Order: sequence, then C-alpha cells, then structure tokens
Amino acid sequence: MSAVQQETTVTANPTADAESRATRLMKRRSRVRFYEIVIWLAAIAAYFVLPSKMLILTEIAILALFAVSLDLVLGFAGIVSLGHTAFFGFGAYIAGLLALHFIAEPVIGLIVAGILSGVLGLLTSFLILRGSDLTRLMTTLGIGLMMAELANQMAWLTGGADGLSGFSLNPVLGLFEFDLFGKTGYLYCLAVLFIGTMIMRRIAFSPFGLSLKAIKGNPMRAAMIAVPARKRIVTAYTIAAVFAGMAGALLAQTTSFVSPDVLAFHRSADVLLVLVIGGTGYLYGGIFGAVLFTLVKDWLSVVTPQYWMFYIGLILVVLVLIGRDRLARWIEYLPERFSKSKEEGR
Amino acid sequence: MSDIVLETRNLKRYFGAFLATNDVSLKVERGARHALIGPNGAGKTTLINLLTGVLPPSEGQVFLEGEDITSMASFRRVKRGLTRTFQINQLFSEFTPLETVALAIAEREGVGHNLWRSIAGYGKVVDEAATLLARFGLASVMAERTVILPYGKQRLLEIALAFASKPRVLLLDEPAAGVPEDERHEVLSIVSDLPADVTVLLIEHDMDLVFSFANRISVLVAGALFTEGTVAEISADPRVKAVYLGENA
Repeated sequence: MSAVQQETTVTANPTADAESRATRLMKRRSRVRFYEIVIWLAAIAAYFVLPSKMLILTEIAILALFAVSLDLVLGFAGIVSLGHTAFFGFGAYIAGLLALHFIAEPVIGLIVAGILSGVLGLLTSFLILRGSDLTRLMTTLGIGLMMAELANQMAWLTGGADGLSGFSLNPVLGLFEFDLFGKTGYLYCLAVLFIGTMIMRRIAFSPFGLSLKAIKGNPMRAAMIAVPARKRIVTAYTIAAVFAGMAGALLAQTTSFVSPDVLAFHRSADVLLVLVIGGTGYLYGGIFGAVLFTLVKDWLSVVTPQYWMFYIGLILVVLVLIGRDRLARWIEYLPERFSKSKEEGR
Repeated sequence: MSDIVLETRNLKRYFGAFLATNDVSLKVERGARHALIGPNGAGKTTLINLLTGVLPPSEGQVFLEGEDITSMASFRRVKRGLTRTFQINQLFSEFTPLETVALAIAEREGVGHNLWRSIAGYGKVVDEAATLLARFGLASVMAERTVILPYGKQRLLEIALAFASKPRVLLLDEPAAGVPEDERHEVLSIVSDLPADVTVLLIEHDMDLVFSFANRISVLVAGALFTEGTVAEISADPRVKAVYLGENA
C-alpha cells in the first residue's frame, strides 16, 4: 500500500512513527487471506453442488481436521510424529463407547472425546521431549502401535477386531438429524473443522504460537530469549491430541462404526503425507493436503483398484526426493500474484 | 570490596580428549565492562557456552549472583538476567525482526504462554520492540523476513535481540564481527550506554574496540586463564603481545 509514504515518515521521526506503524505491521501478518475465504465458501458450495458426494466430502473434512491438528506439532513446533493416529483412534473409540453406553448426543460426545484424547496427549507428551527426530519417530510409532494392540486385545470393551457398531446418534444439538445421504454429517464435520481451524489460527498468531515457531526455527536461540521449550511442546502436543481425538470422534459419529482401522499405522502415515502435500506451518496446508490426498486416492482406487497404493507410494517418493525444504515452500513457486498473500501468512 | 555477579570455579570442558576449557576460575564484578581476549582456538566461545548452559561443563561450577546455576537450563538463566549474543547469528529466519524482538519481550514479560491473544494485541510489547529496533537502525526493515536481510542488519538484530531480554549480565561473542567498520563504534556505544549496574562480558578480536570499551581484561590461552588485569596492565604486558603476535601477526 503506502509503503513509500510510511518510509518517509519514519525517517522524519524514527521512534514515534515506528511505534504506531509497528502494531499495524504486526496485525498485517494475521489478517484474513483471500484464499481462506475461498476455501470456506467452496466447502459450503460443495454441499449444494455435489449432493451425491457427501461421504467423500465428510472424509475430507475429518482428514483435514486431523491434519491441521498434526500441523500444530509438526509445522509449528517441529515435532515429528508417526503415531498421531493414537489420538484419532482413541477419540473414535471414546465417541463410539459413549454413544453405545451413555449418551447419544454428538456434540457432548465430541467434547468428551476431545478432552480425554487431550489427557492421553498430555500423558504421552513427556515421551517426546527427549531425543532427536529419529527417537521421536520411533517413540510415537510405538505409542500408536501399542494403542492399536490395546484396542485389539480389550475386546470386551472395544469389540476387538469386529469393532464397535450398533449405535446411533441423536440429532446434533437436538436439531439436525443425521440422514442417510450424510448431508448433516458433512455440515457437522465442516462446522467442527471450521471452529477447530479458527481456534488454531488464533493460537498461531499468539505469543505461544510464535514461540513454537521459534523452537522449531532455532531451539538454541529460543532458549536464549527465555522460551521454555519443553513446557510449550507439552502444551502444543496436548492441544493437537484434543483436535485429533475430535477428528476421530467425528468419524465414529458420522459412520456409526468404529473399527480397529482407526488406530492403524497407515492413518499416521496418511496424515503426514497430507501435510507433505499441503505444506506445513500455515494450518491451511492440512486442508489443501486433505482435499488433494483424498481426491487422488479416490481417483487412483477407481483407475487402478489393485495398485493404487503403489502410486500413493510413488507420489511420496517423488515428493521426498524433491526435498522437504522446497516442499514446505511450494507456495513460493507459484506465480507472484498467488504466492504473495500466502507467503505472508506463514 | 567486590560484588561478584558471575563466577566460575575450576571449570573444565573436554571434547573427547581435547581440553577446551582448562580449569577456568573467573570472577566478573557487577557493572564491569569485562573483555575476554585470546588467540583463535583459545576456548573463548566454549567458555561462553558453558556460562549460558548451551554446553554442560565436564567439571566445575558456574555461579550467577552467588547461586549455583551449573545445571540450570539456558532459558532459566535468561530469566535470571544472563543472556548472550552468538558469534554466528542465531536468528529465526522466517520471522520478521519485529516478531523476533516482540517474542523476546513477551517472554521477558511472562506473556509468552498466552495462546489466545494475538501478539499484535500487546501494544506495549510491540511498541517496545519497534523502539529497540529503531535504536539499532532496523526500523525500516522490521517487517521483512530476517533471512532476506543483509548480513550487517542481521548482525544488529542479533545484538538487539539480546537487549530485548533486558539482561543484567550480557555476554557478547564478537559482536562487531561482520558489522561494517563505520558502524562498529556505534554498536559498542549502544552497549556502553547500558545502565551502570548491567555487567558486560565481551569477546572481541578488534583490540581498538577492546581497549576503548573494557575496564578489565582476561586473557585466555589454550583453554586456560593466562592473565587478567586492567586495560593499562594488559596492553603493557609483553607476554600478551607475544601470545597475540605469535598467532595473528
């Protein structure tokens, strides 16, 4: 805008003008981007334009929330995890069990599942504080596998390999009944994704969010400006677990079914892949990635039903070969006009 | 008589078999402008790393205001007023200088854990950050990404960032390295303008700077404390000259 004009006033009186300008410059970083509005409008439009695609849209919304939650630890704090589905699956089982035995109100089930997943996240967060990326990958992988095995062994509670079924949910908030076509389910998931993303967005521009990025960017310097890294990582991991658990709960509630597959390793890998595709550290990477990943997966499984996993693997290999660094910055390779606004968002 | 603010006792640090810090017992008085000099490889940076907790010592202790901080985490030492700059810039490449400094101030003010309010909402923090940046001549670039700034500007940000924590003991590891010649004295004059009770420990190769800035000098050679004294004593000491001429002539 009037950058030149600002520049001249600054030279005239560096201190006084720099101050009022500073808050404006700081606010500029957190203002709503054009692409954000587009993506939410598109998501609502999809409800009207693609009435027969509710199930895949719901799947995308759930995966997106799951990915956005992982972005908080991976993209912001720089903590790698191969076991994020531990929280997704845990949330799904909690939601399923609640609906089966206690309360069929989806929103209450969602919140309880989120809180309990957060507790699990808090308890396991201490395991990821020590060691390098490699140890963290192994630890988180281990947590994920242990959860899967627990669900499998505790058949009296979880239904074992058969999973949990035979539960149905009351209308959302007593108003919107789940229908056969999944229309309510999609809007419900979309609403939760929206609220979740907005909460994460607030966190992203808070001092806390900034400190997470500092820990990722340069842990040694972060310590030298008094950032208590361990405390911050524990908090971020817990929040991420809450939202991952909610994503799992959404899956259980919209499908009225919880299978042991919610804790399967491939889910942890998928959600990482989603972030690799969409880009990390600006939240919407999880959403873009979820859309692309689900569409590509869906398309491949139609085109080549037997070998689609091969192509997913191939895409992963290519993405990794191109390089993690360039991937995280794929937006910069777009033409200037598109990249400008997103660029600042990170 | 003396009020010792920072002290090491028999500090040792091995890297494998190599003794990088050899039995250093150093005392720094409150308000001192204390310089640490020595030829390349004398272990100056290692000593700073031991003082700030970047590295744990193999043996010995570190005291800050009489309290044993040998095993205290770095961020807690900063909270107690001990901070530093790095010889090689350690910045957040994707942050703007404004965000970088504002975060440091937010942490100092104890609001760094707030995850609900935007950092832009902390008007005082942001304004203080802007004022500090302006003092270091960074007002015009405060909203640029750090990674694209020229080296000299990054260097100034490195030093400004240490100021943001309002240290009571400031360790400067070759602050003038990479700063253009004509701006060096300006940087050091900002450091000199610190309140009299703020203690500064300076590592520097530029002897003119050291002699104009410091009131006390310790000489480190091969990891061990070689000698210590006032500027007049050290500049007149033939042994110090020999050590330096032998190395960097």
